[in-house]
Amino acid sequence: MLYVVIVFLWASILLYLLLGGADFGAGIIELFTSSKNRNQTRKTLYQAIGPIWEANHMWLIIAIVILFVGFPAIYTTMSVNLHIPLTIMLLGIIARGTAFTFRHYDAVVDDMQHIYNRIFAVSSFITPLFLGIIAGSTVSRSIDPEAHTFLDAYIFSWLHPFPVAVGLFTVAICGYLASVYLIGETDTPEQRQRFLAKAWLMNWAAVGCGVLVFTAAYWENIPLMHWVFGEIWGILGVGTATISVLALWFFAYRGYNNILRILAGFQVMMILMVATYQHFPNIVLLKNGAYLSLLEHKGNDKTIQALAWALVLGSVFILPFLIYLMYSFQSKDKEEAPVYGDV
Amino acid sequence: MDDFIAARSQMALSLGFHIVFSCIGMVMPFFMAVSHYLWLRTENIVYQNITRAWSKGVAIFFAVGAVSGTVLSFELGLLWPTFMKHAGPIFGMPFSLEGTAFFIEAIALGFFLYGWGRFNPWFHWITGVIVGISGLLSGILVVSANAWMNSPAGFDYINGQYLNIDPIKAMFNAAWFSQALHMCLAAFAATGFAVAGVHALMILRKQNVHFHRQSFRIAAIFGCVAALLQPLSGDFSAKDVAKRQPAKLAAMEAHFKTEERASLIVGGIPDAEHQKVDYAVKIPGLLSFMAHGDFDAPVKGLDQIPLQDQPPVAITHYAFQIMVGLGMAMMAIALVFGTAVFLKKEWLKKDWLFKLFAWATPIGFIAVEAGWTVTEVGRQPWIIHGVMRTADAVTPMPGIAYSFYLFTGVYVSLALVTLFMLYRQIKMVDTLYDLPTGIQEAH
Repeated sequence: MLYVVIVFLWASILLYLLLGGADFGAGIIELFTSSKNRNQTRKTLYQAIGPIWEANHMWLIIAIVILFVGFPAIYTTMSVNLHIPLTIMLLGIIARGTAFTFRHYDAVVDDMQHIYNRIFAVSSFITPLFLGIIAGSTVSRSIDPEAHTFLDAYIFSWLHPFPVAVGLFTVAICGYLASVYLIGETDTPEQRQRFLAKAWLMNWAAVGCGVLVFTAAYWENIPLMHWVFGEIWGILGVGTATISVLALWFFAYRGYNNILRILAGFQVMMILMVATYQHFPNIVLLKNGAYLSLLEHKGNDKTIQALAWALVLGSVFILPFLIYLMYSFQSKDKEEAPVYGDV
Repeated sequence: MDDFIAARSQMALSLGFHIVFSCIGMVMPFFMAVSHYLWLRTENIVYQNITRAWSKGVAIFFAVGAVSGTVLSFELGLLWPTFMKHAGPIFGMPFSLEGTAFFIEAIALGFFLYGWGRFNPWFHWITGVIVGISGLLSGILVVSANAWMNSPAGFDYINGQYLNIDPIKAMFNAAWFSQALHMCLAAFAATGFAVAGVHALMILRKQNVHFHRQSFRIAAIFGCVAALLQPLSGDFSAKDVAKRQPAKLAAMEAHFKTEERASLIVGGIPDAEHQKVDYAVKIPGLLSFMAHGDFDAPVKGLDQIPLQDQPPVAITHYAFQIMVGLGMAMMAIALVFGTAVFLKKEWLKKDWLFKLFAWATPIGFIAVEAGWTVTEVGRQPWIIHGVMRTADAVTPMPGIAYSFYLFTGVYVSLALVTLFMLYRQIKMVDTLYDLPTGIQEAH
């Protein structure tokens, strides 16, 4: 049963990275779009993410609930030592979610729209940046539960090159996912071309940030090279991901849409796999050489069992409904609602 | 500001903020389901307009509720790590189920908000009902987690160890039902009165009267029925608290000395130092009756509770008085409205009735906040009643005061923006949903 819970934890992190990530990416693209194209971009991405954006962000809640119910020691260690980046991420989530809704549901369209747009775009950048920083901190042996000074315990636990590089990498991945996703949502060849160009740019941004991550790891003596390339699975993961990037560009210029999304999703899945499998089950590596392990630092068996059942039953309810939602709203023929559009 | 007080204030602020949005988010879908049903049945366009106008409000409140709820799931650990370390596996069950319910709510809301004209109308209607049901379930589950803090169950606490954990027993703890019932009725009453009040105000201003009159009717019926049922659930809750948390009951009532035939203390200023209440109205025997169903039964006072285990008396007492007073006021308004509906139809056209409701707009939510204060402050100094003290659960990180200031700023501005947004929605009813006069008259 423990493995059921672990699989759900991993899957909800992956889905949050994919769906929530594409959602953040939409805002990141908006941030980096020239002002003359911004309205068009906004419209395209609004139509694409509107109906599902609330659901996309539920995966974070599922992941956090699994952590605090099933693995309380891991949850509390992170909560204490990563208090500051978690708080910044939360502020980002608040700002982003509300700005997105406000700009859509504000009955009056005036200057307030600019403010919502600005907040939305900036917080779409900050939130995944800090998510990445938090993820990077957990494996960089910088969390020190025995630290005596405020700086050591609460600042240097996350503020150093490696987590920041991981944060930037996460931002680039989000932008990449969103632009690949939106290629299929465009209506005209010019728009398609624009999003292709964005995806191309984000692809290179991700590669650049990836190099940054490896450089920072080398600098800080984090055995990232060994984790990624130390075993055949890592090499296979990186290899297939690279091939799928090439395949993606092959299909992209030949007018395919859905296969691009699958390939981009596959690439992110490989990245997460490669980033986690080598040090599994240890998900938090502490400064003193100790680690927090999913197999050891877990709640009691009865709780794990109940949690596993709740997750399995929950997904029986959720998944068909969610897939139907995504299916219903991604059909290309987006006729406006007959009485009036909701925009 | 002391870090511990800052952490408590931040938690109180976050919950106090979230509770308003979650109440509206879980109750409004039922109002919409009714107007949506009326639209599908009668094809009277005003009901579709009401449904659409409300659904925009719901989208705003749901989004703010969702983000503030996400924040809370992190704040539990950010502010109370020691509590979560031990309590997480015990009382986490309702949270994991709540995750599912909330997820379904978010999916159904996507269908509902964006589904106009896309689906079979009755499928569309059902998705709206699912939003309501799963929202209500989420609320019940979260309250059951809170109930566990008041009446811990599902584990044995031996030598500082939490053993024999049973998360299912923890979920169905002794307080879950009375608390969940009271909270659900409170949500319906508060939201019903708030929505009815806003529409009553618009009726008084003679704007889109037909639209607002129909909206008013639906909201007022829900709110009034809940307000009439609430005292029964309140009585049930009081007896429950008397049994499980005598200290809380004593603080609610500012009942300092254990006595038989204990009097109910209405109002007054509690003086903890001299163990008395000044300027209060006392009704002999009534507290005994309310707590134990017998006018002569002894009621445990604060004198039997060690000083270090007593909750703050004044805040709990005042909050309780406010909650009960406003609850009574809502019940009285509900009786007037009931009379108008069943006996004196002509009252339904009178301005004073709408004035009454307009004035009552915020009282339901003030009562909700007061009730929440009673249950949370009344549980102090415990975070898990009788097991763990709040002061022992707080994060070791210094400087929480700054975090509190930051979140205060965020929540205050969010509240202001939401009000602003609501104001603009209402202002736009004219242009979005106005009907030609001929049609209005016809109905």
